[in-house]
Amino acid sequence: MAINWFKYSAPSTFYGLAGKLIPFFAWPAAVLFAIGLYIGFFVAPTDAIQSEAYRIIFIHVPASILSMFIYLIMAGYAALGLIFKTRLSSMMATALAPTGALFALISLWTGALWGKPMWGAWWVWDARLTSELILLFLYLGFIALHASIEDPRRADKASALLAIIGSVNVPIIYFSVKWWNTLHQGSSIKFSGTTMHVAMQQAMFTILVACWLYVIAMGLARVRSIILEREANTQWVKELQEAK
Amino acid sequence: MNWAEFFAMNGYGFYVWGSYGVALAVIAIEIIAVRHRRTLALRQLKLMNDSGDAQ
Amino acid sequence: MNKLTMLGVLGLVIRRDLLLAMRRRADVLTTLVFFVMVVSLFPLGVGPEPDMLRKMAAGVLWVAALLASMLSLPRMFSADYLDGTLEQMMLAPQSLTMMVLGKIIAHWMLSGLPLVLIAPVLGVQFDMSSQALWVLMLALLLGTPVLSLIGAIGAALTLGLRGGGVLVSLLVLPLCIPVLIFGAGAVDAINSGMSAVSNLSLLGALSLFALVFTPFVAAQALRISME
Repeated sequence: MAINWFKYSAPSTFYGLAGKLIPFFAWPAAVLFAIGLYIGFFVAPTDAIQSEAYRIIFIHVPASILSMFIYLIMAGYAALGLIFKTRLSSMMATALAPTGALFALISLWTGALWGKPMWGAWWVWDARLTSELILLFLYLGFIALHASIEDPRRADKASALLAIIGSVNVPIIYFSVKWWNTLHQGSSIKFSGTTMHVAMQQAMFTILVACWLYVIAMGLARVRSIILEREANTQWVKELQEAK
Repeated sequence: MNWAEFFAMNGYGFYVWGSYGVALAVIAIEIIAVRHRRTLALRQLKLMNDSGDAQ
Repeated sequence: MNKLTMLGVLGLVIRRDLLLAMRRRADVLTTLVFFVMVVSLFPLGVGPEPDMLRKMAAGVLWVAALLASMLSLPRMFSADYLDGTLEQMMLAPQSLTMMVLGKIIAHWMLSGLPLVLIAPVLGVQFDMSSQALWVLMLALLLGTPVLSLIGAIGAALTLGLRGGGVLVSLLVLPLCIPVLIFGAGAVDAINSGMSAVSNLSLLGALSLFALVFTPFVAAQALRISME
């Protein structure tokens, strides 16, 4: 029985599948998040230099990693939608953008709150933080462009092109900001230097996986709403029992 | 392990709970927003269906 | 009618756009006046101490150059879009990429080049050394094409949208940050005695990279917007 992968690439079949999948991602995400927090706060020891403030990295690092990867995945879906003209891929890209932007926001916020006790300033023009800020602008550009075009098909294609250009520029921006940062500030501040205690790594990894599951669940949930909005006048949507 | 000491995070409490608080708040808001968007979409569909049946 | 070669099309589009722009000279001047005004505002805001101004001169001039070129981007395609010539261009047998490149070069000549020429005059306002002025001009010469090239993509994507002007800046400015960093960095390098060759070569690399890819991408963006 060859699995017909393309069976689920049509919005109508994907809608039902996504509906079933969401709980399988959402609940494990919540559980893992709780476990991660527990390890982070109760198992991980106090850091020699930063005492308790370092615990912020358990949410800061996953958020930064995710904000970067979600952008690349978004650009990937956008490229798929542009090349193969599959509407669902473009819908997935649009569905992921807000979550990515929010993670960039969380990363910036927690970075600032971590920077204050450690480096004495709310905002430090550190290469990573600055690139994160620019990444947030790229997200906002994507969302703004998509929102300002009425025709969904043109909106998808235009924002897809922007996402692809953006993803090509992310490394260039990161390189130039890093180059600029080391030029003005000498070596950027390293994280406390001590190798991370195994419990710290476990906590961070658990929360990272939890965030991944959360992003998938959120993406699926949002894409279902987008499908409902876009395919409103199709026959299969009319027959949906929740639309009665 | 008394809770007061735990929440104090020996002085860094504001920063630690500030970041986790906002992170969890953002996640909660996003969940609510997605649910809300779904109810709006479904309400719109019901309207269209009712007006469709009415013709 | 002799067969128009690719370069023929390029020259034709550039000449046409420059001619059109010269008829409405006000548009060209607005970019220039905006640039001069923004740059002249900073000393009023920051104070007249020469050493302070000398330190921030490059950054101020570069940010003003970025903003000035953003200002004139929406006009790159909008006039042709409204009166239908853009459609004719897309239907023409010649490659759209060449025509877009022509429009970009024309835009650069109207918004990038004037900035390069007037920058030294403003540099003097900031008490920049003559060596720094030369490097600034060279950096602007190498960097401003990137603003027009990447800006063309933004202009094509936001064709015919309400509030397109602001949107173009939101889309394009983050992508121009490397140009700002290396451009301002070139002058800083000279001021602190180091050689600015590395910055200028990186700027040149960015320009070539953009020159090769953006016309094609902008043409695709136009096809998307004009569907």
